[in-house]
Amino acid sequence: MSHKQCSAPFSNTPPYRIVKKRTMTPNVKMLEVEAEVVAKRGKPGQFVILRVDERGERIPITLGGTHPKKGTITLYIAEVGSSSQQLGALNVGDSILNLSGPLGNPTEVKGYGNVLCVANGVFIGAHVFLVKSLKREGNRIFSVIGARTPDQLFMVDEARKASDESLVAEDGEGFGLLKRLFAEKRFDHVFTIGSTSMQRFVLDLTRPLGIPTTVSLFPIMVDGSGMCGACRVTVGGHTRFACVNGPDFDGHDVDFDELVSRMRYYTPQEKITMVLRERGVL
Amino acid sequence: MPIGPQIEMPKQSPEQRTRNFDEVACGYDEGMAAAEASRCLTCPKPQCVPGCPVGVDIPGFIRLVKEGKPVEAARRIKQMNALPAICGRVCPQEEQCQKNCVLGVRGAPVAIGRLERFVSDIERVSGVEMPEIVSSTGKRVAVVGSGPAGLTVAAELVKLGHEVDVYESLHEAGGVLMYGIPQFRLPKEIVQSEIEYVRKLGVKMHLDSTVGRIATVSELLGGGFDAIFIGSGAGLPNFLEVPGENLNGVYSANEFLIRTNLMKAYKFPEYRTPIQVGKRVAVIGGGNVAMDSARCALRLGAEKVYIVYRRGLEELPARHEEVENAREEGVIFELLTNPMRFLGDSRGYLSRMECVKMRLGEPDSSGRRRPIPVEGSNFFIDVENAVVAVGQSPNPIIQQTTVGLEVSRHGTIVVDEETMGTTLEGVYAGGDVVSGAATVISAMGAGKTAAKAIHKYVMEKRA
Repeated sequence: MSHKQCSAPFSNTPPYRIVKKRTMTPNVKMLEVEAEVVAKRGKPGQFVILRVDERGERIPITLGGTHPKKGTITLYIAEVGSSSQQLGALNVGDSILNLSGPLGNPTEVKGYGNVLCVANGVFIGAHVFLVKSLKREGNRIFSVIGARTPDQLFMVDEARKASDESLVAEDGEGFGLLKRLFAEKRFDHVFTIGSTSMQRFVLDLTRPLGIPTTVSLFPIMVDGSGMCGACRVTVGGHTRFACVNGPDFDGHDVDFDELVSRMRYYTPQEKITMVLRERGVL
Repeated sequence: MPIGPQIEMPKQSPEQRTRNFDEVACGYDEGMAAAEASRCLTCPKPQCVPGCPVGVDIPGFIRLVKEGKPVEAARRIKQMNALPAICGRVCPQEEQCQKNCVLGVRGAPVAIGRLERFVSDIERVSGVEMPEIVSSTGKRVAVVGSGPAGLTVAAELVKLGHEVDVYESLHEAGGVLMYGIPQFRLPKEIVQSEIEYVRKLGVKMHLDSTVGRIATVSELLGGGFDAIFIGSGAGLPNFLEVPGENLNGVYSANEFLIRTNLMKAYKFPEYRTPIQVGKRVAVIGGGNVAMDSARCALRLGAEKVYIVYRRGLEELPARHEEVENAREEGVIFELLTNPMRFLGDSRGYLSRMECVKMRLGEPDSSGRRRPIPVEGSNFFIDVENAVVAVGQSPNPIIQQTTVGLEVSRHGTIVVDEETMGTTLEGVYAGGDVVSGAATVISAMGAGKTAAKAIHKYVMEKRA
C-alpha cells in the first residue's frame, strides 16, 4: 500500500496526556497537556473543550499558552465546580479523554499603540499569553492583574516581565487603582479578560473616554462550534454566538445583564454535583 | 392467495414509554417479519426501488426474508446502504419506497422499513461480515463531518480501495444521528455499531477535530488529499428573533437535544451535563426535530408539553408516525399559533409566552398556505421552558474559512447536482450543508452521488 505523507497533522489525537502540573493558588491549577495540533495552531483568545471521562461535561477553557515545539498547551483551571475539580484532580501522567480545539476566533493581535490589558482570577494565565503576543506586534503594554485576595494571585512576575508597566491589585482595590490609571494615562485600546464584574467596571471607565475595549466572554457552552446556541450573547442588539462570532467582542455593545443572568442558569445543578462530589458519590 | 393486512410493529405503551428513554418501537419478531415479507408480490418491475434514494434491492432482500435468511437479507441491503439499522428506523418510508408499493393502491404497502430494521438487527447480533478488501488505489480522500452524508461517502470510497480520513468536530462520530435524534427513536448503541462497521471497512475516524479551525479545506488539499467531501451538516440553529428569546429557559432545539442525547443529561447527575426542564414546556415548530424535543421534554419530567406551530395539522412537516407518537404520549398541539415574545421574571427566567392565533391565506413561494396573524387574538401560555425548533442553517465554519467556495445566500454550499462538485476543484459537498436541513436518507443519497464522482475524479487525476 502506498501512502502519501501529510505535511501536517490535521486532527487532535489522543492520548491528551498531562506532562506538567502546578498549583498556582489554593483553587487554580496549571496543567500542561499534550495536544500537538492545538500547540501549533492555537492563538490567544481561542479555547479548547475538554471532557475528562465518558460521563463528563464538555468543559471550555481559554488557552493559557502554547508550546509548538513540545506539542503541548498550557491550561489554567479554576476549581469552582465539580467538573473543574475533577479536572484539577488529575495528575502528571494522567490523560484527558477528549480535547477539541483550537475553537473560537483568535484575539485580533495587531499594532494598537498604548494598550491596557486587565485580567483577574484564573484568566491571569490567558492574559499573560495575550500580552506576550501583543508585545511582539510592537504595542506598549500596561498590565493590571487582580484577585479577590492576595493568595489568589499568580504569575505576577510573568505579567510584569511581559509588559512595559504593570500593577497588581488585591482585595478589590483594583477599582480605585484603575480609576487613577485612566486619569493619568492615555490608552489607545483596552483588553479585559476575567470576571464579568471587573469587565463591566473597566467598560464603565472606558465608555466616557471613548476607548475601544475588547472583552473576552465565557458564557455557558456545549459544542463550541456554533451548533447549540447556549453561548448566545446580545451584542449591539443582535444575538451572537460567543463560540463562532467571539469569544472577543466590543465590550461597549455587550448586554452584560443578560450575560450574567444566563451564566447562572445551571447554578442549582452545579450545587447538586458539588455536594455529590464532596460526599464521594460522583 | 389473498393478501393479509400489514403487520403492526409492537410499541411500548404511551404510559410506560414516557417514563424511560428506551426505544418506543420494539421491532418485529421472526413470525411477524415472515408474515409481512410474505405480503410482498415481488413485482417484476418493482416500484419501490426507484423511491429509495440509495437504490436498495428491496424485493431482493425481502425474498431472502421469505426464505428465512435474514442475515443474507441484511448483507443484500448493505451492498447499497452501509447503515440499514439506522435507515430502517428513521427513513420516511411512507414518502419513499413504501409510497410506490403497489399494495398501497388498495391497502397498506409492505412495511419495508420494519423489515429493513428486522434484518439489520438480526445481522448485528449474529456477527457482521466484512466485504472483501480490494487493493489500494493510493488515493486519499478527506471527509468533513461524520453524519449520514460523510459516513456514506467514506464507506463507498473505502470499498473502492481509497484511503479515507473522516474529521468530526464532536467527541463522538455520527453527527445528527448522535446529537439530534433521541435515544428512544434511534438508540445510540445501534448508531455506534453501524459506525464501527464503517471503521472496520478501513475508514479512519478523527474525533474532536473541527475542520476550518484545525486546518482549512485548502490545507487539506495541499496536505496530501486528492479530494475532499464536505458534509458538515445544518448545525446552526435558527431562532424566531422575537423579544425575550435569550431569557433563561429558552433553548434552541439543538441545545436541548445535544444535552439530552449526546451528553445524556437525562441521566444527570450520573452524567454530568445538566438540563433544566420545568413543569410546562412549549416547543415551537412542527417538524421532526420539534416532535423529538417535545417527546424528550415529557421524558425529562415535564407535565405539560405544547407544540406551538403557526400552520395547521395538515401542514405539520413532521412524519405522520412521529406526530401520532407525540399525540399518544400526551403532547398538546397548539396549532395556528405563533409566539410574539417571551416574558421573564425579575431574575431573567422565562415565565410565559405571548402568542397570536393565525389563519391560513394564499399559498406562498413554498407552495404552502401562508399563515397570517388574526388581529386581537393574542393570548398567553405559562411556561418555564421553550424549545425553539424552527429549523437549522448550515454550519458556517467551513464556508467562512474556505476561499473560492461558492455559497448561497442561505449559507448552503453550491454544487453541481450531477456530481455534488463545488466551485473548487476536488472539493465535493452533500447532505444538509447543501440542501438545508433534510432527511438522513437524502443526505446518504447525496453521499452516494458524490462518492461516484469523487472516485472518477481521483482515478482520472494525474498523480
